Amino acid sequence: MFVSYKWLQEYVDLSGITAPELADKITKSGIEVEGVEILNEGMKGLVVGHVLEREQHPNADKLNKCLVDVGEGEPVQIICGAPNVDKGQHVIVAKVGAVLPGNFKIKKAKLRGEESNGMICSLQELGVESKLVAKEFSEGIFVFPNEVTVGDDALELLSRDDQILELGLTPNRADCLSMLGVAYEVAAILGKEVKLPKPEVSAINESASDYISVTVDAPEDNPLYVAKVIKNVKVGPSPLWMQTRLMAAGVRPHNNVVDITNYILMEYGQPLHAFDYDRLGSKEIVVRRAQQGETITTLDDAKRTLTTEHLVITNGKEPVALAGVMGGANSEVETGTTTVLLESAYFVGAPIRKASKDHGLRSEASARYEKGVDPNRVRAAAERAAELLALYANGEVLEGSVEADALKVEPAVVSITLDKINGVLGTEISMDEVQNIFARLQFVTKVEGNEITVTVPTRRGDITIEEDLVEEVGRIYGYDYIPKTLPKGASTPGKLSDYQKKRRIVRRYLESAGLFQAVTYSLTNETKATQFALDKREPVKLAMPMSEDRSVLRLSILPQLLEVVKYNSARQNDSIALYETGAVFLSTEQDKLPEEKEHLAAAITGLWQQHPWQGEKKAVDYYVLKGVLEGLLARLGLTGRVEFRQATVDGMHPGRTANLHLDNEKIGFVGQIHPNVQKELDLKETYVFELSLKALLEAEIAPLQYESIPRYPSITRDIALVVNKEVVAGQLSDIITKAGGNLLREVSVFDLYEGDRLEEGKKSIAFSLRYFDPEKTLTDEEVTKAHEKVLDAVKEQAGAVLRG
Amino acid sequence: MEQRLVELQQEALEGIKKATDLKEINDIRVSYLGKKGPITEVLKGMGKLSAEERPKMGALANEVRDVIAKAIEEKQAVMEEEEVAKKLASETIDVTLPGRPVKTGNHHPLTRIIEEIEDLFIGMGYTIAEGPEVESDYYNFEALNLPKGHPARDMQDSFYITEEILLRTHTSPMQARTMEKKEGKGPIRIICPGKVYRRDNDDATHSHQFMQIEGLVVGENIQMSDLKGTLDVFAKKMFGEDREIRLRPSFFPFTEPSVEMDISCKICNGKGCSVCKGTGWIEILGAGMVHPNVLEMAGYDSKKYTGFAFGMGPERIAMLKYGVDDIRHYYTNDVRFLKQFSIHE
Repeated sequence: MFVSYKWLQEYVDLSGITAPELADKITKSGIEVEGVEILNEGMKGLVVGHVLEREQHPNADKLNKCLVDVGEGEPVQIICGAPNVDKGQHVIVAKVGAVLPGNFKIKKAKLRGEESNGMICSLQELGVESKLVAKEFSEGIFVFPNEVTVGDDALELLSRDDQILELGLTPNRADCLSMLGVAYEVAAILGKEVKLPKPEVSAINESASDYISVTVDAPEDNPLYVAKVIKNVKVGPSPLWMQTRLMAAGVRPHNNVVDITNYILMEYGQPLHAFDYDRLGSKEIVVRRAQQGETITTLDDAKRTLTTEHLVITNGKEPVALAGVMGGANSEVETGTTTVLLESAYFVGAPIRKASKDHGLRSEASARYEKGVDPNRVRAAAERAAELLALYANGEVLEGSVEADALKVEPAVVSITLDKINGVLGTEISMDEVQNIFARLQFVTKVEGNEITVTVPTRRGDITIEEDLVEEVGRIYGYDYIPKTLPKGASTPGKLSDYQKKRRIVRRYLESAGLFQAVTYSLTNETKATQFALDKREPVKLAMPMSEDRSVLRLSILPQLLEVVKYNSARQNDSIALYETGAVFLSTEQDKLPEEKEHLAAAITGLWQQHPWQGEKKAVDYYVLKGVLEGLLARLGLTGRVEFRQATVDGMHPGRTANLHLDNEKIGFVGQIHPNVQKELDLKETYVFELSLKALLEAEIAPLQYESIPRYPSITRDIALVVNKEVVAGQLSDIITKAGGNLLREVSVFDLYEGDRLEEGKKSIAFSLRYFDPEKTLTDEEVTKAHEKVLDAVKEQAGAVLRG
Repeated sequence: MEQRLVELQQEALEGIKKATDLKEINDIRVSYLGKKGPITEVLKGMGKLSAEERPKMGALANEVRDVIAKAIEEKQAVMEEEEVAKKLASETIDVTLPGRPVKTGNHHPLTRIIEEIEDLFIGMGYTIAEGPEVESDYYNFEALNLPKGHPARDMQDSFYITEEILLRTHTSPMQARTMEKKEGKGPIRIICPGKVYRRDNDDATHSHQFMQIEGLVVGENIQMSDLKGTLDVFAKKMFGEDREIRLRPSFFPFTEPSVEMDISCKICNGKGCSVCKGTGWIEILGAGMVHPNVLEMAGYDSKKYTGFAFGMGPERIAMLKYGVDDIRHYYTNDVRFLKQFSIHE
């Protein structure tokens, strides 16, 4: 809502308070003022000029040579390019020395050989938005519609010496979608009176009811319909003051009839509609729900197909307006219109909202109906419009109005105790102060002991419960005066859950290991959604996506993380290590929430370590990432419970990928991206993992228990085993671990050999076995006994031969 | 004989003095103090001396021996020290060459902000409540006093999946979920961080996905002054002890009264500048007293219990705290951006 500071003064005395001061007060007590615009900022030297002569510029087809009286000295010659400039017009002249917005200084100039002493201006050149300039002036200069004095300050005449407060209204404050509503608010803040307009209409001796009848078939949608008839109207421009106020409010002037309805809309917040009575096609107004498939061509010349959820105004046969949204083209007021049927109605929000949404039509009217108008202003607004039509459109107002009235207006009555007010706010406000606050808001109150009963005016439909009253008291009292305390009473222990704690540990661990945390989007396209998914279900789809690329929810994090790798690679970041934790979404039954699982994914590429001047460089490989993962598992107490099993995963290198199994259950995978996919995504050799973080963090582990420091020495035996190439290290170490019994405490690989010195198809893996007994010093015999079991087992189960 | 001993001492000391390396010193020791050395030789002639002179001469010989031995020892120590110094000097390295880099990553700036806020509130007795990102219309809207057709639903155009299921538009559903779980009994203090989604075109200030942190306190006699005090603690911790806060009335369907909290602009200290658009204040978050309908719908007796709630955007907080100028940076994950958040002030 744009509020003109000058216009507002018609209703509230603002003497002694500047527009910025007012803005600050309004902001602090309820409505955010998002800006204060000074309309004539940086402008000077603009006067009214009278075009005495106009002729074609001798050397330019599109230029006019004008002789203009600017109210001082001799008339001056001005060259003007506007197509609509003509002799006899009163226009805005920027004299030599004038300044226009953007610090544009007007100087004496020669245009195609002809002298020009100033400039005849369009409204746009004064900083008015094009969409607010009346159509007749939108392509040229502005011409004053009424008598003005040559040489007068043009900015003042155009009310450009005004300041506009831009209110950021929350949906509950629809009451401030009108100048009167803002006036009540400002008056309450400043503790002043509101001066309401008092329409005076002298009707002619003809009755409106002889011209029109009104029937409402849908009173639940339209509880009150008021029609007035105005005869002998002369359609023409509205007075300048009205045009400038409409422009200040963000409305484009059209003609006096339309402007008056818009002016009332802005003043009262009550939408009005003017029909051309003679084009209505009947003498009746019937308001009803539209029939399914019925059509109407609205003022914007669009043909609209309606449903039974839309409300229409009809002439008894066909729709003449889409109620509360837009009028019909068939009954539009035109230049030749003489009799106007004026509609002022109270429509309920829901059908208006529906129509506005279905037809993509948001008008000033529909916006107000959707949020609720004041039922008590319907008649007043009609009277005020009739008054203005008489004054500024030569109209003759017919006696009375024709109404269909099923409206029951009951103002809300809410009671509250002083204790409740102070209890919620944490203040010690007295009953006198509370009463005073409501008086300023012009709410009627009655006090009985500790309780105050408030009758809320219908303009404030947002106030229905005690808490609403608390807010009114609080905001007018001033939130600045509320003390600062901390919650008292029963407290709760503050802590992270085990899951949250562990997740933080995972993050810190991965970061210490060199990975950066990334955060990517959950919405993606259908192809990416299931790529690398651990659980390939049909992705969860948005009903109305904004784009194909953000149309479904992800089932895996990796596709997005790889995008990030690609983005960074393309920007000279060759060595990248990233991880992300976040939800993936698994569809379940129709109409049920999807299952959300937290995943952990990582991607590394380029060099893992480098220390150039010492000649060290280590590129990423499978074992680098596996090492990171093993460290993480160790940190979570899961060493030994997670197995890496060679696996084939879509999009992954078939020979360099393993599935992760936690207690035999698959929880994810690690490996290299398939070279084809790497190429497709423009990636270098990239290693990744994605796994269920939930599974990792929710795995139960034994509580940490101290183990005594060994007091006896351990004995280490190294063995090199020659096996077929297909036998994997994990398999051997499993066999060794099982066979070694209690004494075998540690098995580690320390060498791998594949080469000429071995038979074709063979490899040698060397293990270091550490034996240890916490109770005593081991004897050689005991170790030998255990060790032989190991050798037997590997021979028997894996065909392993000790390498000689 | 006596003179010979004195001469020997003289000679040896001079030799020691002149010696330049450990080997020479060792030679001197062997030649003077060894079994075949001159002192031993001299002492061999002791038999010729009288019984009176013999002990005297013996003592003198020992003294000479000691003096030489001591001189050798001292010289040796000096030389060893020099030797070590020489060796160390030869081991000198260029201490200005760069060290072996320890590869580390760090938190995403949004996680950094979220954890900082979590920790602050954990210290004040809050727990962290997390919930689904895909929500039912009921928890996202209806339970928060936003029935179907409510005009405020316009404020947050949403991504629906079905008519009843959507991507949550705020973290507030966790208010309703948490209260329901408590079955209308006992105090609540929670912080709910998480991702939320709205139908916005991505640009410098809008993102279809962003983070939110919500706080909820429910109890007997929770007052608006408690909200103000809590937000004051938060603002000072996050933005500096010298920041002031102000509450401005606002509107949210799930709180009544509703407020927005501003902090005094740290660029101009409240005087007004371009960052605060001349107002001296910067908007940080929305808050209010929990609407009685919200309490009642979740099973809390609004006559007995009151509460406050607040919600904020970590993106905006990081923007204000670190001067980040484009919301898209958070989701593009340019490593050159991420890296900057490794420092801890």
